[in-house]
Amino acid sequence: MGITTDVAAGGNELVIKVAGRFDFSVHQEFRQAYERAPVRAQRYVVDMGGADYLDSSALGMLLLLRDHAGGDDADITIANSNADVRRILTISNFDQLFSIE
Amino acid sequence: MDRSATILIAEDNASDRLLLSALLRRLGHRVIEAEDGAQALQLFDAVTPQLVLLDALMPPPDGFEVARRIRARSDESFVPIIFLTSLQDPESLAAGLAAGGDDFLSKPYNATVLRAKLNAFLRMAEMHQTLQQQRDEIARHNRYLLNEQEVAKRVVDKVAHSGALQLPNVRYVLSPLALFNGDVVLAATGPLGNLHLLVGDFTGHGLAAAIGAMPLAQIFYGMVGKGFHLREVLREINARLHDILPAGVFCCATALSIDFADGLVEVWNGGLPDGLLCRGDGLLVPLVSRHLPLGIRSARQFNDAVERLQVAPGDRLLLWSDGLPEAAGAGGARFGEQRLLEICGETPVAERFDVILDAVHRFVGGEGQVDDLTLVEVTVVPRAEFAGAVPGRIADAAAQKWHLVFALEAESLRSVNPLPLLLHFLMEVPGLRSRSGQLYTVLAELYANAVEHGVLRLDSALKRTAVGFARYYRERERRLQRLTEGQVRFELDYHGDHNGGVLCIKVADSGAGFDFEAWRDGSTPDHYAGRGLALLERLGIRLSVPLPGNCVIVEFRWNDV
Repeated sequence: MGITTDVAAGGNELVIKVAGRFDFSVHQEFRQAYERAPVRAQRYVVDMGGADYLDSSALGMLLLLRDHAGGDDADITIANSNADVRRILTISNFDQLFSIE
Repeated sequence: MDRSATILIAEDNASDRLLLSALLRRLGHRVIEAEDGAQALQLFDAVTPQLVLLDALMPPPDGFEVARRIRARSDESFVPIIFLTSLQDPESLAAGLAAGGDDFLSKPYNATVLRAKLNAFLRMAEMHQTLQQQRDEIARHNRYLLNEQEVAKRVVDKVAHSGALQLPNVRYVLSPLALFNGDVVLAATGPLGNLHLLVGDFTGHGLAAAIGAMPLAQIFYGMVGKGFHLREVLREINARLHDILPAGVFCCATALSIDFADGLVEVWNGGLPDGLLCRGDGLLVPLVSRHLPLGIRSARQFNDAVERLQVAPGDRLLLWSDGLPEAAGAGGARFGEQRLLEICGETPVAERFDVILDAVHRFVGGEGQVDDLTLVEVTVVPRAEFAGAVPGRIADAAAQKWHLVFALEAESLRSVNPLPLLLHFLMEVPGLRSRSGQLYTVLAELYANAVEHGVLRLDSALKRTAVGFARYYRERERRLQRLTEGQVRFELDYHGDHNGGVLCIKVADSGAGFDFEAWRDGSTPDHYAGRGLALLERLGIRLSVPLPGNCVIVEFRWNDV
C-alpha cells in the first residue's frame, strides 16, 4: 500500500501520503507519485500520518522531491509526523529545508 | 512443431517394445532400447537421453525402481520420465508419480496421445535448460561484480582509513558492517598541534555509501595537514560532496578541532546524533546537531558556524553514529539516547566507553551481534602530552635567495586565510621543512596579533574568563565583518642553502601599534599585545618590535651542518 496521492487546492497542491515504513522499498513508488502526478503542483505536502518509520534513504527521497519541486524555491510541507519521525527530522535539521508540521 | 530427441525405452515384452520403437522412429526420434530395468540404468548413464519411457511392470528392478534410481543420480538436468502401463487404479498411478515419474501412457498406445505428450515434455525440458543457462550466466556476472566491488572497496579503505587514529588519547570502535555501510572516522593533527577529528555516516550501503569516503578523506587529510581551519576544511568537503554525490545522498557528520594549549574545542555537527562533552566535574554538555548533513547545501549556502567550548585535561568527548542508539533489542526496542545519557550519568568518566559498549552488547544480546556500531572517545590532555604526529617531507638541496611580500586588505582579511599558503611556500625550502611547526606557530601568532590587536583593536584581557572568551570571538567576528579599512602585510626574506640559512619574517599591520619594550617589562597596562607574543618569547624566539610598534620582526637562523 505504501504511497498514495491526492490532489488538493484546485490542482495546485499534491498530497503524498506515506503509510508503513518509509524506506528504500518504496523508492520507486514515491518517485512515481510526483513524477507521474496528474497535475504540475506548486505546493507539496508529504503526509506522514500513517508512517511509523523513516530512515536515511527516506531523507534522500525527500531531497529528490525537493530537487524536482524547484530546489530552493520548492514549497514542501511534511505533516503529521509521529515522535520517532520527528526526532529523525530534527537531528538532520531538515526543518531548514522543509516546513515541518 | 515436433521436436526430435534421443529417447530411452525400457520394456520387457519384445513385441510391445518393437511397436513402440517403430512409433517413435516414425515421429523422427532416435530410440535406444532396453529389455529390462538393469539394462535401462546402464544405457541411461551411457547415452544420457532427453526422455525416458519405462514399463511399470517389469521384473525387478521394475519401472518405479528405475525411476527412483534415475532421479537419485540426476544432476540438475530435467529428464522427463513417462510410465508405460495398463494399470488404472489411482494408488498405482500415484505411486508412480511419487517414484519420480512425470506422466503415464496407457497401453494400447494411441499414436496421437503419444506424440502430444512427447512434445509437451520435450518443450518443458528445453525451457528448463534455458532457465539453467540463464541462471549460470547470472551467477557468473554476479561473481564478477562482487569481485570488482571487493577490489574497489579495498582502494577506498586504503584512502579513507589510513589516518592518525593510533593516538593514545583517541579510542574508537568501528564495526565491519558500519564500515561497509559508509561510516568513517578520521583524525589528523595540524601543524600547530591541533587535533582534528571527523566522524561521518554516508547514506546507503555498500560501495555506493563507502565511496564518498574517498574525497572526504583526501580533503580532510590534505587540508588539515596544511594548517587550514576546521571551518575551511568542512566548507571544502561540503562543496566537493555536493558536486559529486547524487541528490539524495549525503553524509551526516560531526567534526571537531581541539587546541590542547588553549583548552578550546570547536564543534560542528550536521545530522549525527548529539555527541557529549563529559567534563571532569561530571557535567554533560551535548554537542548538538545544528546543521544539515554534508553534501546537501550548495557552497554558497553552507553554514560553517562552529560551537566553541572550553575544556580542561581529563574532559572527554564522546561521539557515535546512529547505529548505537538504533541498536535493536528484544521485541524491536531501540537502545536510545536516554539510556546512553543515563549510563554516562552513572558511570565514572574513565569507564564510560567500555560500559557503553558492554551495555549495547547486552541489550542486543540474543538478537545477534551489534554489527553496526561506531563509537569514538577523545580525551583532553595537556599540550605537552599530546603526541600528534606532524607529517614530514623529503628534502632536496638548493641554494636560494628570495623576498616575498604578501599584503591582505580589509575584504581579504574577512575571507582569506593566508597561513596555509605561506606555509606551503616556505615548505619548498629544504632547511625549513623540519621546522614547519615552529614556523607555523610564529606566522599564526604574529598574524593573529596583527589582525586582532593591530587592525581590530581587540582587548586581549577579555579572553581571561569563560564568558569573556565567547564575547571576544563574537566581537572579533563583528568587527571583522564591519571592517572597511586595514591591512596586514607579510614580508619574508630568505637566504640559504642545504647547510643552513636565515629567514626574516616581518608582519606589519595598519594599526596604531604599541610600546613593546614597555609592555615587556610590564610598565604599561596596555593589553593590545596579546599573549601570542609572550608565547613566542617563551619558545625562545627573539622578537623585535620597532616603534611605533605595528610591525613585529622575527629572525630564524639555522645550521644543519
